[in-house]
Amino acid sequence: MTRFEVVRTGDNAPAGQPVTQRNVPHRGAEANPSANALQERFAAAIKRVEVIWGETVVYVDPGSVREVIRWLHDDASQRYDFLSDVTAVEYRDAEVPIEVVWHLRSLPFRRFLRVKAQIPKGMPLEIDSVYDIYRAADWLERECYDMFGIRFRGHPDLRRILMWESYKEGFPLRKDFPLRGRFSRSEQLRQALAQNPEARYSMEELTIADAFAELPQDMRERLSKGERTGE
Amino acid sequence: MGLTAPAEHRTVAYAPESQEGWVATRLDFLVNWARANSLWPMPFGTACCAIEFMATAASDFDLARFGMERMSFSPRQADVLICAGRVPFKLAPIIRRIWQQMPQPKWCISMGACASTGGMFDNYAVVQGIDTIIPVDVYVPGCPPRPEGLLYGIRMLQEKVKNERAADAGTRDEMEPDPNSQLYIPPSVIDELGEPFGNSVNQTRSGL
Repeated sequence: MTRFEVVRTGDNAPAGQPVTQRNVPHRGAEANPSANALQERFAAAIKRVEVIWGETVVYVDPGSVREVIRWLHDDASQRYDFLSDVTAVEYRDAEVPIEVVWHLRSLPFRRFLRVKAQIPKGMPLEIDSVYDIYRAADWLERECYDMFGIRFRGHPDLRRILMWESYKEGFPLRKDFPLRGRFSRSEQLRQALAQNPEARYSMEELTIADAFAELPQDMRERLSKGERTGE
Repeated sequence: MGLTAPAEHRTVAYAPESQEGWVATRLDFLVNWARANSLWPMPFGTACCAIEFMATAASDFDLARFGMERMSFSPRQADVLICAGRVPFKLAPIIRRIWQQMPQPKWCISMGACASTGGMFDNYAVVQGIDTIIPVDVYVPGCPPRPEGLLYGIRMLQEKVKNERAADAGTRDEMEPDPNSQLYIPPSVIDELGEPFGNSVNQTRSGL
């Protein structure tokens, strides 16, 4: 009986074991097979497919993002069961529209797929939420809303997550946002100190809400009157 | 039983000419000596400075040599607030509340460049020095400071504590700025003084 299993990688790796790819070209490497499957099934919704540094990017019509991701998650030949990230990109070139990006990973098939949707210029920054497909989208979409101002239709609790609730200066990662913020330093400090640090938790977030029935009588009375802060 | 001392033990007899059993000193000296050598820190570590602070507390540098071995994670039992790391605006009301919960006498060490000035984070999210929120006694420079630097700051704070006088009534007053005072500087003027190169609103990234 061997105590250690020898893991051979690279050129010596046995068949079937994942290998670190080498000499991947900038563009034109082999695309993820899911891209072809998507083009066959959603021909109209798939705008184009790019392969950059070996990673496949699928540009999807913003109206059908949810449908596409739902299929990628549910279909037995895809099974993208892990949502790595939801974010957005705003380019320095003002002509290029804002993109929303989903990073999907299929653990059974060891695939990685990047789905992008460009929100056309002049349209409201809105897109469908994938919260009902991946619960992980909850905070990711909130962060994306907080930083870029993109509203996710169907998200149950879309509010700021990194900045505080009463933050009034806008969306910090947008290109028109000044690095130091819109307000003066003393005004920023005044507003920050005026926030109530405990008011950002909703009752749904507090685990105390789950145990409401077992709480002491006086605490139940305080909470039922709408009091939300501690101390 | 035993709560009341027997009559012969209720008074202490001593001979003034004897050199043993008593000491004469200034009360200030005695109190300050006790305070300076038993400062309990309230660690407020938010970034890499906290790692150096932990190294300071660990056995190599051994903060316990200075009477600080007891990290007080409750502000109500703490003497020194050691702010190690950058403080974002979202934390500003929290560190101020922690400071208000600490009982007097209390001191504050601002550890590192970010806590003292905002450091390299001259952006929308970070407080530009915690002295805009709470009073600071000792600033320790460095990014992050080495444990020797923090120990030097702690020794400086001990010197400060040892030189305090109970007769100075104003030492422990928490002063709020009075807008009617001749010395009051309104926030707008503070902004002008603090940003000599113009309003931050006009500064965007990438020269856009």
